[in-house]
Amino acid sequence: MRHPLLALLRRDLALFLRRRQDLITLLGFFLIALALFPLGISPEPELLRLIAPGAVWIAALFATVLSLERLFTDDLNDGTLEQLLLCGQPLALVVLIRLLAHWLLTGLPLVLLAPLIGLQFSLTLQETVVLALALLPGTLTLTLLGGIGAGLTAGLRGSGGLVTLLLLPLYVPVLIVGTTAIAAAMAQGEAQPYLLLLAAMLAAALPLAPWATAAALRITLD
Amino acid sequence: MEQDGRIRWLKFSSPRHFYHLVDRVIPWAWWVAGIALVVGLTIGFLIAPADYQQGNSYRIMFIHVPAAWMSMFIYLLIAGYAFIHLVWRVKMADVMAISLAPTGAIFAFLSLWTGALWGRPTWGAYWVWDARLTSSLLLLLLYLGYMALHAAIPDRQRAGRAASLVALVGVVNVPIIYFSVHWWNTLHQGASITLTAAPTMAGTMFAALVAMTVACWAYTIAVVLTRAQAETLERERGALWAAQLADPPHTRQEADKEHV
Repeated sequence: MRHPLLALLRRDLALFLRRRQDLITLLGFFLIALALFPLGISPEPELLRLIAPGAVWIAALFATVLSLERLFTDDLNDGTLEQLLLCGQPLALVVLIRLLAHWLLTGLPLVLLAPLIGLQFSLTLQETVVLALALLPGTLTLTLLGGIGAGLTAGLRGSGGLVTLLLLPLYVPVLIVGTTAIAAAMAQGEAQPYLLLLAAMLAAALPLAPWATAAALRITLD
Repeated sequence: MEQDGRIRWLKFSSPRHFYHLVDRVIPWAWWVAGIALVVGLTIGFLIAPADYQQGNSYRIMFIHVPAAWMSMFIYLLIAGYAFIHLVWRVKMADVMAISLAPTGAIFAFLSLWTGALWGRPTWGAYWVWDARLTSSLLLLLLYLGYMALHAAIPDRQRAGRAASLVALVGVVNVPIIYFSVHWWNTLHQGASITLTAAPTMAGTMFAALVAMTVACWAYTIAVVLTRAQAETLERERGALWAAQLADPPHTRQEADKEHV
């Protein structure tokens, strides 16, 4: 923990962990959103299996956008963000650390909920595994892209709707490929190509998104 | 304007010179737009033959196709200006980008609207989740996001730079969105409905389409430059030249005389 970036990771994780109610709110949102689909459409297992891939991903999309509000706002308000800007470490790496810590406590729990989702929508074991494997790179990509929106709108009043409008068009590819992966597993098809595509999107977002987020924060703090 | 036989382009990045140059361009753009519109509509409605399959309903393409082209091209232009704005900090690039956005959004909306009107008699539905329609809708949302962010940040400098960043992030994502949407559609419902398989056109149809495209171009130039002029005046309201424009010195002297 001597390296400053590792210390930063520890700090970010500790801060996020101490706001346990945020995690509970997020998981609660995700589960209630998913529970509304059977209630609103039909309890018929066959129909539920049909809508399961889309329902899970749409819930994950909105849960991610919802969680972004806290990403930079607190640090912006108490001045920590300015200190981070001046700390001498590359801002893109600082941002990447922050996004990873954020994902570990908001994105990863969604992935771990996969077995529960599988039960809710009567998926088989193999389909549930594909679901988890798709959510793993998918949610991380969503968080990385979300950083750009959060960085640009940090400190703006009523930024929630704006972030949604900015980000959801960018989330469409992840939604499409993620849904197709699970649908392919359900149709006894090969899910691997789609999982690889999700991994490819992650590979593209991993270097580019923190860089753009760093630029966004520089504009916000200008 | 010219020195050593070269046009000094950067001169027009000064708000004042931009304003006066644009002042001379706008009337021309309106004339070209008006004439091309009359020519295009005349050929399109009176001379071009009816389509052997679609009858007369195909004629909406004379506005639909140019609108769709403009909506895509204007987004690229915005991204180009956003790049110039962020990299070289040219203030006028942001003025151009934000002035282009409403026109681009209107064309995106127009292409969806006319497409829906055409789709009803031809496909039997105002809207289908065809890949092209969906990507046009997403393009409209990208425009709305860009304009919403620009409007949401109170500080103009910051708003311009933030919106420029969003435009660049958007343009990087456009190909990914475009291909994923196309791929999604072909996976789910097959290529039963595509707009790409256009029948080869009659010469008059093509002429009408070209004329309407010119009209849309010239209209865009006229409207966007007018908007940019207004935006420039608003931003430069503290500058002497802008004050003199609103209140020319000779009229002020006359007014002073009257007061005396």
